[in-house]
Amino acid sequence: MRTILYILQKEFRQIFREKAMLVIIVVIPMFQLLILSFTATFEIKNTNIAILDHDHSVESRRLISKFDGSPFFTIDSFYESYDQGVEALKSGKTHQLLIIQPNFESDLQRDGKGKVMLITDAINGSAASIMNAYAHAILFDFNRQMLIDQYPNLNLNDPIQITVSNWYNPRLNYITYMVPGILVLLVTIIGMFLSGMNVVKEKELGTIEQINVTPIKKYQFIIGKLLPFWIIAMFEFSLGLFLARFVFGVPMLGSLALQLGTVSVYLIVVLAFGLFVSTVTDTMQQAMFISWFFMVIFILMSGLFTPVESMPDWAQTVNKINPIAYFIQINRMIMLKGSVFSDFTRQFYSLVVYAVLMLSLSVWRYRKVA
Amino acid sequence: MTTDRQNVIEVKNLVKKFGNFIANDHLTFEVKQGEIFGFLGANGAGKTTAIKILCGLQSPTSGEIKVAGFDVYHQTNLIKRNIGYMSQKFSLYEDLTVSQNFEFYGGIYGLTRKQIKERTAYFLKKLEITHVAGKILKEIPLGWKQKLAFSVAILHHPKIVFLDEPTGGVDPVTRRQFWEMIYEAANDGITVFVTTHYMDEAEYCERVSIMVDGRIEALDTPAGLKQKFGVNSMNEVFIRLARAQSAEQ
Repeated sequence: MRTILYILQKEFRQIFREKAMLVIIVVIPMFQLLILSFTATFEIKNTNIAILDHDHSVESRRLISKFDGSPFFTIDSFYESYDQGVEALKSGKTHQLLIIQPNFESDLQRDGKGKVMLITDAINGSAASIMNAYAHAILFDFNRQMLIDQYPNLNLNDPIQITVSNWYNPRLNYITYMVPGILVLLVTIIGMFLSGMNVVKEKELGTIEQINVTPIKKYQFIIGKLLPFWIIAMFEFSLGLFLARFVFGVPMLGSLALQLGTVSVYLIVVLAFGLFVSTVTDTMQQAMFISWFFMVIFILMSGLFTPVESMPDWAQTVNKINPIAYFIQINRMIMLKGSVFSDFTRQFYSLVVYAVLMLSLSVWRYRKVA
Repeated sequence: MTTDRQNVIEVKNLVKKFGNFIANDHLTFEVKQGEIFGFLGANGAGKTTAIKILCGLQSPTSGEIKVAGFDVYHQTNLIKRNIGYMSQKFSLYEDLTVSQNFEFYGGIYGLTRKQIKERTAYFLKKLEITHVAGKILKEIPLGWKQKLAFSVAILHHPKIVFLDEPTGGVDPVTRRQFWEMIYEAANDGITVFVTTHYMDEAEYCERVSIMVDGRIEALDTPAGLKQKFGVNSMNEVFIRLARAQSAEQ
């Protein structure tokens, strides 16, 4: 026990010897949390739409004013030729192009059929489908209004009344969704990189040789190496929670103790992963590349941005070894749904197994190297 | 040399193979308590491998080896408790201060806070560097650092201290002071097992062994070796042995 305390003392002295470390550990992640949470959003606002009105009639103007009145659309310009409109799409000046055919009004009045065409910049597929859905809603509304105008006695009540209520994030606030996930990312990055770099640095400098001839036991060494970063990451997670609650107003419905309890297990996985990487590499550069390789894959597949459920089957299988995916899920469940332990026992025990596995692997590898 | 001194290192037929390469070929020697034992050999002769085995960092392929009375196969942790080690590459923490390095290693070897304080003060005074106790190692000159590394290696008063080319890159004056420290340690009963490339340093040892290509080709007092080869200096002894080897090849 005393040995571990001496190792801890030494580690903390080294970590905080450099002022830059304080910035790296506290300021940068909080900065990232603030920036990412406000910017990593899929919400579509202020869609620029350009209008190509070949009809110039009362009806066409009525349709245009509907788009104009929507808070979702900004009418960006009116064009006279198709080519001009396509040019605007190409240059990214506008996102959608609404083309109203000639004789729109007269066709409507004569045949009851008018034609409009909607062209959407669909480079970003999910954004495009949202823009289309909004445009459809406006056109649907316009149609309905016309029917009512023409046949005042028509009963337009839908047979099924639909009431939608959005649970767990009633205002569909993107920040509420992102903050718990980004918080997980930040402590993961700090934990994995700091712990990984630390041991490999001792290898690179040769100081580990001196440690290896001392009677320090493997478990003492590993606890002494991981605990400081565990403490730092826990501190950081708490700080992030504080920001989430009081800056972003993210609800914290679940038990704080449960949340801190699960993050403490999760951090063991992350730190042991970093340690393992450092036992299979010889230089900080190698360790950096390997850690980064896993981080990018784990982050992109974690469900932070896109739901895991919509990934192909093989990806979901791969995700079984993605600790970030497990914990982002747990963290969101606790914070936003107020889930209790029995709601995520499977994920939690997966993390426990993972922690034990990674720790044993890195202890085993460290023994071989020493 | 008195014969009633105990053996602290006993090596019989130590063999270490890496695949087909034989790094240590049936080494057999003993080192007595308080002795200054020079372990010489050209680069790549197998010295460092042998030292690593004696320190419990690697296990031998075969042979009977006891260090400080403990078996290198099963009691490496007991061995580590009883030895000190100074590697050829400086390996104290450059980003910690002088006294923080003392404190860390003292703590690891299980010294009490009081012992750590006393010994730190003792060594700092002896090295006449009390004024830099609070400085980080990065900022102090190499010669001081080497003496510091030696002090840290014997901080816990081990039975044996292994020095792997301790005076590489150090000026002659500092080397001399370094050897004075070695003598003092030996007087205190610490056995010194030292490798070096400087043949004048070999003269300071009580006995030396000379390794060539994984084998010990000669083992005696410096005087004995010089007499045997009919030369005047250890330098010539070494060259004779090395030349004999290259003639064979």
